Amino acid sequence: MKIPKKVFQFLAILCLTFFTVNTFANDSDTSINDGDRVNTDNEVKAYILHHLKDAHDFNLFSYTNDAGERKHVGFPLPIIIWTSNGLTTFMSSEFHHNDDGTVIVEKNGLKFAKIHSKIYELDANASTVSFDATNHATNGQKLLDFSITKSVFGVLLMGLLMLLWFSRLAKQYKTRKIPKGFSRVLEPLVIYVRDEIARPNIGEEHYKRFTGYLLTVFFFIWILNLAGLTPLGFNVTGQIAVTACLAIFTLVIYTASGNKEYWGHILWMPGVPILIRPVLAVIELVGAFLIKPFSLLVRLFANISAGHIIVMSLIAIMFTLKESLGVVGATGLSLVLSLFIMVIELLVAFLQAYIFTMLSALFIGMAVAEHDHEHKHDKKGHEVSDAEDVRGDLI
Amino acid sequence: MIGAGLIVIGAGIGLGQIGGKAMEGIARQPEAVGKIQTAMIIIAALLEGLAFGALFLGK
Repeated sequence: MKIPKKVFQFLAILCLTFFTVNTFANDSDTSINDGDRVNTDNEVKAYILHHLKDAHDFNLFSYTNDAGERKHVGFPLPIIIWTSNGLTTFMSSEFHHNDDGTVIVEKNGLKFAKIHSKIYELDANASTVSFDATNHATNGQKLLDFSITKSVFGVLLMGLLMLLWFSRLAKQYKTRKIPKGFSRVLEPLVIYVRDEIARPNIGEEHYKRFTGYLLTVFFFIWILNLAGLTPLGFNVTGQIAVTACLAIFTLVIYTASGNKEYWGHILWMPGVPILIRPVLAVIELVGAFLIKPFSLLVRLFANISAGHIIVMSLIAIMFTLKESLGVVGATGLSLVLSLFIMVIELLVAFLQAYIFTMLSALFIGMAVAEHDHEHKHDKKGHEVSDAEDVRGDLI
Repeated sequence: MIGAGLIVIGAGIGLGQIGGKAMEGIARQPEAVGKIQTAMIIIAALLEGLAFGALFLGK
């Protein structure tokens, strides 16, 4: 029996609507920072902060079963650190889900403790990490951490997904004119990025060089933003390191491809009195190297982290307002608010990807722009046009 | 906390201005709805980025 297509589409949309609302049903299923039940504001805050930070294992949630044991659902990820004894690797399960520095792992002749998601190498006789007034560890040192953390795992997973999808899309053009299957969804998106973001901003001669980067960045940010909205607990684009990397990529690209006019406009701007030019040069340099990438960085990071915080706070309303509104009332309020905010977050996921890509294209376009030298500059740097000036006597 | 309130006021005023001008533009020339909408969303996102960034830096 063939299901009519409309029914299938309706069911699909219904499923997707409820898939994006990841409210938890009851206390014992919620994943909590390290132990206690979520029934006070502090627990909620600790849980939210724990979600925002990176973790060394992939922990979906944890609960306390009837025998009083702590059960964790998830899998450990390898820890790869560069210590004073060289490269040390071990699985994060050795820490036994301990995050406050009390469990010590001995490997390679050194002792390691993990506190607040940071791994420290302890001195020989220390039993835990002690901090001085400025929050620096007094009896341990931080190491270079190259571990596969949850965010790295997320990047690798989504990268693999993107590789599979887009290589399939590209290969299909060898045998068909129109792609088949899921590639049909991706094709208009790719064309949109090329024709509405890359071409208008970069110009017809140079857009092909940079379209690859723009497509990558667009889909990377979008897919990772969406992954952050799932109940899996990813928070990749809300990590400042990830967004800093992306901003640095854009910075390198538009700095390395700047032509002479670009640098001319930054350092020695034509059409401006000579005495002002050094001042302008400083401002433009700061703008080109610091402010532009910094704004890209902060915009993405703050939007996504703030979004996560808001979503989780609204879901936690279920627990914090349990006493005043009753269980049903609090859950109902939380459900409605969470639904709305999740829809907004879906929009924000796409919008932030679009904005990042568009601004990158804009900056690249400014760097490779070729002024068509129709207007000439006279001695004072004023632009002299060929057209007759209508009110020439008034100038 | 007062700072956060000021930031949100600033963002609100800015977005209100953009929205108002966009409405006017659409009213004057209904065929340009698509372009005006796109520009409006872009500017809104830039403003939100600024507001959020300021909120985060304050925290």
